[in-house]
Amino acid sequence: MERIYLDHAATSPVHPHAAEAMIPYLTDFFGNPSSIHHFGRQARAGLDEAREKIAAFIGASYNEIVFTGGGTEADNLAIIGYARANRQKGNHIITASTEHHGVLNACKLLETEGFEVTYLPVDEYGRISLKGLEAELKDNTILVSIMTANNETGILQPIKEIGALLKSHSAVFHTDAVQALGKHLINVEEMHIDMLAASAHKFNGPNGVGFLYVKQGIELSPILFGGEQERKRRAGTENTAGVIGMYRALEISLEHREARNEDYLSFRNLLLEKLFEADVKYVINGDAPYMLPNVLNLSFPGANVEQLLMNLDLEGIAVSSGSACTAGSVEPSHVLLSMHGENERSKSAVRFSFGYGNTSGQVEKTAQVLNKVLKRMKI
Amino acid sequence: MADNANTRVVVGMSGGVDSSVTAHLLKEQGYEVIGIFMKNWDDTDDSGMCTATEDYNDVIRVCNQIGIPYFAVNFEKEYWDKVFTYFLEEYKAGRTPNPDVMCNKEIKFKAFLDHALALGADYVATGHYAQVSRENGQVKLLRGLDQNKDQTYFLNALSQEQLQKVMFPLGDIEKPRVREIAKEAALATADKKDSTGICFIGERNFKEFLSQYLPAQKGNMETMDGEIKGTHDGLMYYTLGQRQGLGIGGSGEPWFVVDKDLDRNVLIVGQGFHHPQLYSEALTAVDVNWISGKAPEEAFTCTAKFRYRQEDHPVTVIPQKDGSLEVSFEDPERAVTPGQYVVFYHERECLGGGTIDQVKKAAAV
Repeated sequence: MERIYLDHAATSPVHPHAAEAMIPYLTDFFGNPSSIHHFGRQARAGLDEAREKIAAFIGASYNEIVFTGGGTEADNLAIIGYARANRQKGNHIITASTEHHGVLNACKLLETEGFEVTYLPVDEYGRISLKGLEAELKDNTILVSIMTANNETGILQPIKEIGALLKSHSAVFHTDAVQALGKHLINVEEMHIDMLAASAHKFNGPNGVGFLYVKQGIELSPILFGGEQERKRRAGTENTAGVIGMYRALEISLEHREARNEDYLSFRNLLLEKLFEADVKYVINGDAPYMLPNVLNLSFPGANVEQLLMNLDLEGIAVSSGSACTAGSVEPSHVLLSMHGENERSKSAVRFSFGYGNTSGQVEKTAQVLNKVLKRMKI
Repeated sequence: MADNANTRVVVGMSGGVDSSVTAHLLKEQGYEVIGIFMKNWDDTDDSGMCTATEDYNDVIRVCNQIGIPYFAVNFEKEYWDKVFTYFLEEYKAGRTPNPDVMCNKEIKFKAFLDHALALGADYVATGHYAQVSRENGQVKLLRGLDQNKDQTYFLNALSQEQLQKVMFPLGDIEKPRVREIAKEAALATADKKDSTGICFIGERNFKEFLSQYLPAQKGNMETMDGEIKGTHDGLMYYTLGQRQGLGIGGSGEPWFVVDKDLDRNVLIVGQGFHHPQLYSEALTAVDVNWISGKAPEEAFTCTAKFRYRQEDHPVTVIPQKDGSLEVSFEDPERAVTPGQYVVFYHERECLGGGTIDQVKKAAAV
């Protein structure tokens, strides 16, 4: 059976060139970058090159990149680290109800430490209102955290506009760009972004490595305690090979970004067209102009989504419902609940996410199988 | 084997050794096997831990060992509506329900079976100790080979339609052999302890559990002659024939629950295991199910069990016009309990059963 992977928003295969670039750092240049000998220097050189390149990719400088163990850690460090270090400036934080749990649960923790958090609602297309954000900004607001693109729906937030709005306010602006980076063009300087979280495995890098961009001058308290790595912001020996893989993967993603985005858009249209032809009833969760090209979240009203996913898997097609890690749970996703409330649409959503290696043939096959399975389920 | 390879079997996996071996054996026989874990009850504790998560982790380990896909499904709502509600209603009515029979009828062989069929399954399989035989389009439910483990009692409420789609691969194996197979295959659950008690209560204190859902009303414990012997904590906590937890001291033989007077909220107690009030000679059964799908019209004799793991007893079954049954016993029977099931057998075959509604006390000997 041919297996078709349309779950690149969950994790993606490591690009062969990225994997290749990692190997010398696993075998030959294995030193600890902090060591003051030849082996340490070799590793440090690789780490520094990656840091410089990654900074350049997003319009930042070399000393503004903190390597982390992934996107969640980067979000945690940004939110918890900033709030704790800047408590004297105020105790109010603004975020959105559709954020990733790496942001939401960090905010929940801060609420237990005396911070006040405003969770902005979203409209039916999953977007926050700039006016709504402006209305919530107070003198004691120290941090605004709004994701670039949503992990479940691919919906883009008006990041540039938020950055512009916050230019005249003392609050810093953090964005979780974990899903967006590599597909959506980001320049932290032009967009007035103060902190940005990213994760390698979403753009064909390895799992377990990510970074946080922190604008120069911003103070952060560490959330891990140990050595003085990453300018005392992130203790623990650096994952040199992982960082190298991340740098190469991001480089490749950006190099091919436009061509790939065009492919993804054509896949998206092909899938919708084939489903329409087969008379499959679906609703798009999101508004096409404001979505990542590679993520498509569809509701199939009346479908038991657990059953649908299992059926697709048994037919060789890998997709997701809601966010991952909710196996056996009937909880509809918090993202769709925020958009549509508790209804059929929130409970019957499937996320298709395209990526490296997908072909239009696979997308066509997916539409066929989907049609077959839904018919069997009598939807 | 070729046919087996084209036969999709969904195995209900609990994370225990029986269902693990069930999946393993079917895979060995060449079937296309899929393991599915059912989450029917949320017992997440204050620390966020839940035994279902641990059990599902065991399902995952075993399925990876066997080399089959696995999924989890959630039937908490169905379980609450169909099984737990019934369980509480029965206790409220002063009876002793059997949620396992209801769980098989409404969840494992209904909600779960429907789910499996929607996945294109030809059969569902479970680790029950029971057998099915198929002849001329009719399915018979037969006792498990291991008499000590036979679970047909719990399966008495299943219909032809349900049993048509069922496989019980452990039905012709003795339990000790099941453990051996698990060890030989080095399955992760080979040494896992068998679960005991009602699934949603687990190892917890039954009284404490029930008190969370039903208000308890204290009352008197009295002898048949009306002599007050103490106080009970609520009639629902006691079952006929029970000895433990009465706290009646004094000389002579131990005290037992021999009856309940719901109108007066009085627990009737008596001395001696063989107290005459505990004995009955007939019962009325309602909500009757005949596995063949055909209700008998004439009275007939067969054997019956009045609770799980009991010896068979010879009885005469007299069908009533309203579908209920009068069942008279050849010998007076001790502690036949309303709310439990009476299950009928003809030799190896389980014929069906019904809920014990009323019992007729035996004439004084």
